[in-house]
Amino acid sequence: MSWILLIEQTLNGLQFGVMLFLMAAGLTLIFGVMGLINLAHGSLYMVGAFAAAAVAAATGSFVLALVASLVAAAFAGVLIEVLVIRRLYDRDHLDQVLATFALILIFSEGTRWAFGSFPLFLDRPEYLAGTVTLPFGIEYSKYRLSLIGIGLLVAAGLFWMIMRTRIGIRIRAGENDREMIGALGVDISLLYTLIFALGAALAGFAGALIGAIQSVQVGMGEPVLILAFVVIVIGGIGSIKGALIGAVLVGLTDTLGRFLLPQIFGLVMTPSAATSVGSSLASMSIYILMAGVLLVRPKGLFGGA
Amino acid sequence: MTKETLLNAVLLCLLLAVPLIAWVSDEPFIITLTTRAVIFAIAGIGLNFALGFGGLVSLGHAVFFGIGGYVMGILAYHAQTYTPLMEWPFAVEGTKSMLIVWPVAVVVSGLAALAIGALSLRTTGVYFIMITLAFGQMLYYFTISWSTYGGEDGLSIYVRNTFPGLNTMDPIQFFAICYVLLLIVLIGVHCAARSSFGLMLRAAKQNEERVQAVGQGPYRLYLIAFTISGAITGLAGALFADLNRFVSPTMLSWHTSGEIMVFVILGGVGRVFGPVAGAALFILLEHSLGGLSEYWHIYLGAILLGVVLFARGGLYGLLAGREVAHD
Repeated sequence: MSWILLIEQTLNGLQFGVMLFLMAAGLTLIFGVMGLINLAHGSLYMVGAFAAAAVAAATGSFVLALVASLVAAAFAGVLIEVLVIRRLYDRDHLDQVLATFALILIFSEGTRWAFGSFPLFLDRPEYLAGTVTLPFGIEYSKYRLSLIGIGLLVAAGLFWMIMRTRIGIRIRAGENDREMIGALGVDISLLYTLIFALGAALAGFAGALIGAIQSVQVGMGEPVLILAFVVIVIGGIGSIKGALIGAVLVGLTDTLGRFLLPQIFGLVMTPSAATSVGSSLASMSIYILMAGVLLVRPKGLFGGA
Repeated sequence: MTKETLLNAVLLCLLLAVPLIAWVSDEPFIITLTTRAVIFAIAGIGLNFALGFGGLVSLGHAVFFGIGGYVMGILAYHAQTYTPLMEWPFAVEGTKSMLIVWPVAVVVSGLAALAIGALSLRTTGVYFIMITLAFGQMLYYFTISWSTYGGEDGLSIYVRNTFPGLNTMDPIQFFAICYVLLLIVLIGVHCAARSSFGLMLRAAKQNEERVQAVGQGPYRLYLIAFTISGAITGLAGALFADLNRFVSPTMLSWHTSGEIMVFVILGGVGRVFGPVAGAALFILLEHSLGGLSEYWHIYLGAILLGVVLFARGGLYGLLAGREVAHD
């Protein structure tokens, strides 16, 4: 096992983690402020990716594609918030799960109807293709490195917004006491729509960025959605800080698990057995991590009340 | 006789009449379709036991459905390849007998529900939904990478399991088996819901503190309910695998969990017969809308959305009115 490979895999894990954070941040905000479980968050991720792929195919510009992903996902978010989600805030979790599950069905089949079942491709731009040489002679994909940078920038921006701006104050106030900020004259329903649109835009943005690494296809949002849930449950639902730490933890566990576990089992088993046991354990590793965290802290790492 | 009892009777008669008519007019496809509805109904009744009576929103019931399926698949696979299931510490052979497969499926999925429930029930609310979903995904990915039994491709069984005195490959006879099992499960759940345990469980759903105050730990009640629920869904999984003569990780996917939940909701949460109506309606929709458009899930989604937003009692809520208080 070479150290260079290990560092590369760690970077991959980090990249995966910050992208998960973009998904998880929206989910955890929406849950923290509105108390809503949104299964359709993965659909917004898919909407972003499809919008980016369509615009990139039409214009050839990656930046325009990213803008399109933000706009399209935020628009779709506002649309479902106004039409459906708004009616669910006072309902119990079961109704929320079902209604947003219904939205997934509608979004997935609608996208299949509009774009067909074949995956689309979103090319990463010329200037981010190829590799970059890091210290110690490590070659690493320029695009993935930019993803880490973009993800960390967005995370920093989000923290700044929540801690330092008026809208952030309102969001935090909304998490603490919904009725009170309504009584103080804040337009709650506008605030909710805004938060939902923000979460949706982040998810769509993540979809477009990841879409350039993987293919853009119907159903791409669901595995990511479930991972994002694992992230926010580990981090503590409603906590942005928890979402960031949880996301990096899940990203690293998953990536390094797939890389290291087969090798560790290889020390005591035949190679083929080690590969099969190691990879099956690796695909379960984050869920084991989550179960472990919940056993020790049933409300997640940073979960409050 | 209340409206609900009448509706229950009509439902059971319809479920029996449709395949019989199809049998007379020689349309085996309709019989298979109804059999699917009956099996889905059993799975839904299983989930309803935890969800409707205990208020436990489990988004991972596909696990038990899948475990039931894999129990059947693995036993039959070893029987059809004449390889022992295990040789140590004692030899176990595969089997094709339903009378052995069912109890094994029930026990294994019940034990899995006991283990998952014991861990998950430490949490409540959203965390419970998420952790059941996570356990579901965990086992889903496990079956995908479990290459001994087909991995992602699943496991095909050539001939249906056997039942003494019946030809299970004949659609109407297999339907009869499933229908009788449905009746047994319904009677069992009906009695359980009216037993002191069932009353306690419903009470715990409404007010945990009060139940605790009269000396019943809600955790124990919930765990028993979750275990029974998983066991029933496991039985449905074994039947479903037998119907298709095929098991695959899809049975454990979270979409399956969502669909089982849809049966419960379409019919009416917390009604003993709710999932039966829901599963029948689901199959009916799948069949009629599926013929209408390739993209029938859009309509299903719209209908589901309508039920959740505007008709919260499901089909039973619409037709039989609000639930009557138990005597």
